[in-house]
Amino acid sequence: MSIRVRKPGLLTTVQDRGRHGFAGLGIGSAGAMDDVAMRLANALVGNEDHCAALEMTLLGPLLQFERAATIALCGAEVDARLGNAVLPMWSRVEVAAGSTIDCMHMRRGARAYLAVAGGFVTPRVLGSAASDLHGGIGRPALVAGDELVIDDRAQQSITRSRSWQLDPGPWFDASATRPLHLIAATHSGLLDERSRALLHTTEFHVANDSNRVGCRLDGERLALAHAVETISEPVARGTVQLPPGGQPIVLMAEHPTTGGYPRIGQVAASDVHLLAQRRPGDRVRFAAITLDDAQSRYLEHERALGTLIRAIHERLHA
Amino acid sequence: MNGAGASDLPVRIEPVGETMLLLRFGEQIDAALNAQVHAAAAVLRASPLRGLIDLIPAYATLALRYEPRVWIGDGASSPAIAPWRRLADAVRAALSAIDVSATTPPEPIDIPVRYGGAHGPDLDELARHAGLSTDEVIARHTRTIYRVAMLGFAPGFPYLLGLDPALHMPRRADPRRRVAAGSVAIGGAQTGIYPRELPGGWQLIGQTPLVLFDAQRAQPALLAPGDRVRFVAIDTNASSIDGAPA
Repeated sequence: MSIRVRKPGLLTTVQDRGRHGFAGLGIGSAGAMDDVAMRLANALVGNEDHCAALEMTLLGPLLQFERAATIALCGAEVDARLGNAVLPMWSRVEVAAGSTIDCMHMRRGARAYLAVAGGFVTPRVLGSAASDLHGGIGRPALVAGDELVIDDRAQQSITRSRSWQLDPGPWFDASATRPLHLIAATHSGLLDERSRALLHTTEFHVANDSNRVGCRLDGERLALAHAVETISEPVARGTVQLPPGGQPIVLMAEHPTTGGYPRIGQVAASDVHLLAQRRPGDRVRFAAITLDDAQSRYLEHERALGTLIRAIHERLHA
Repeated sequence: MNGAGASDLPVRIEPVGETMLLLRFGEQIDAALNAQVHAAAAVLRASPLRGLIDLIPAYATLALRYEPRVWIGDGASSPAIAPWRRLADAVRAALSAIDVSATTPPEPIDIPVRYGGAHGPDLDELARHAGLSTDEVIARHTRTIYRVAMLGFAPGFPYLLGLDPALHMPRRADPRRRVAAGSVAIGGAQTGIYPRELPGGWQLIGQTPLVLFDAQRAQPALLAPGDRVRFVAIDTNASSIDGAPA
């Protein structure tokens, strides 16, 4: 018994926290674009942090539940229905066998995560269920008719299900206006004076051709003071590359493991999930931060998120 | 370079955000620099450094992805020292004992290749570009032992160092939308092998029947960074496009 995909939405994939330990072989991590929303969706249904969930993009899927399930939907504000009723987000929801969930357009944000108690029975490749569409690893994007099998082994320990709702405030930037903290990178000092100032003052916009590989930023073109020969070097999620055309690209979940363009900045790890929720046309502003400060902020962010996830688990098992 | 010992290994540590350190040995594509990268990777792989997630060798750099939480420290120092600084110190210490000249290069792996014809549609053009016969191009391509400088671009794609300068050739002006899996190709001074069907702009000179990458295998990539590789010409299909004898 399972979930049947009646309409796949714009781009719906199975994601978890990614594939790690193989980057030296050119295998990227992939995984959820907004790792925070996915982890909270998993926590709400009592799943482990690394459990696979569905990532939907801008327009969500229509799903037919052939069995009863407990679900949670977190992330972008989806106009979602459970049957004819509004499906509450950031909350545990019991779904009866035979019901449909229709995740329609996202009003704010770009990606939402649907976790199912027990997780999905889905093949793990190199330790992860994540779809790496560009790397050609893992399950392809969902298409109509696909079946998602719910793992039956879990859930015995949760005896009661209270309904309550998380406050998305700290974890989801509904206004899409928070500046993204930007750490200096190897080639930051090579920008010309004008570009160096612009990088931290101008307003960029997320370009239409952004995807899970990278987020292209429309707006002022940036330039180096003089051309440099760069060779392929390792890159990371959040790395801001500057191709010769001057349009910065922020590398996201499916970025290749190495890249040859100058690296002019690094989006703080605790802010990458905010960028994952910016829609084409949304504004992006950068605020400079030192690496020492960014690292304390990242540790604090992880601590706060970990505390919340533990609190949810305690409450579920209380 | 001989006897380049311990303390002379020049490495600069450049953080790439909160979860990666980049060890820089230089700025160019150069076999000696790349050998330092692989020697350092071997030392760090064998070291007890905590929280390492990935080691990513490239031409002249080596990246370490790590979990900063395990490098927070005991709180004894005030003000607190950032995790990346602690890890950078530990990496410098781990690399202080390195001796690049003492590392033995691995045995070369033979890669069988069908050169030319449908397997290598750009072989004739490369021969014209180089002013050599296709046989001479094949002879030169198979004469060298290459080093896998790094993997990148796509899962399992090896960038090989050691191409005969006579065979250097710029990439195609119009990249192909589809390059067949196993295609052996030349792009500028580099040679590599397409691990699966991909778009690509390199000059295609042959094709190997070996499967370079399979995510389902215990060792998904046939070639690992630092490996050595030798190409071996095998019989092309007798009815090859140019009709030349194999």
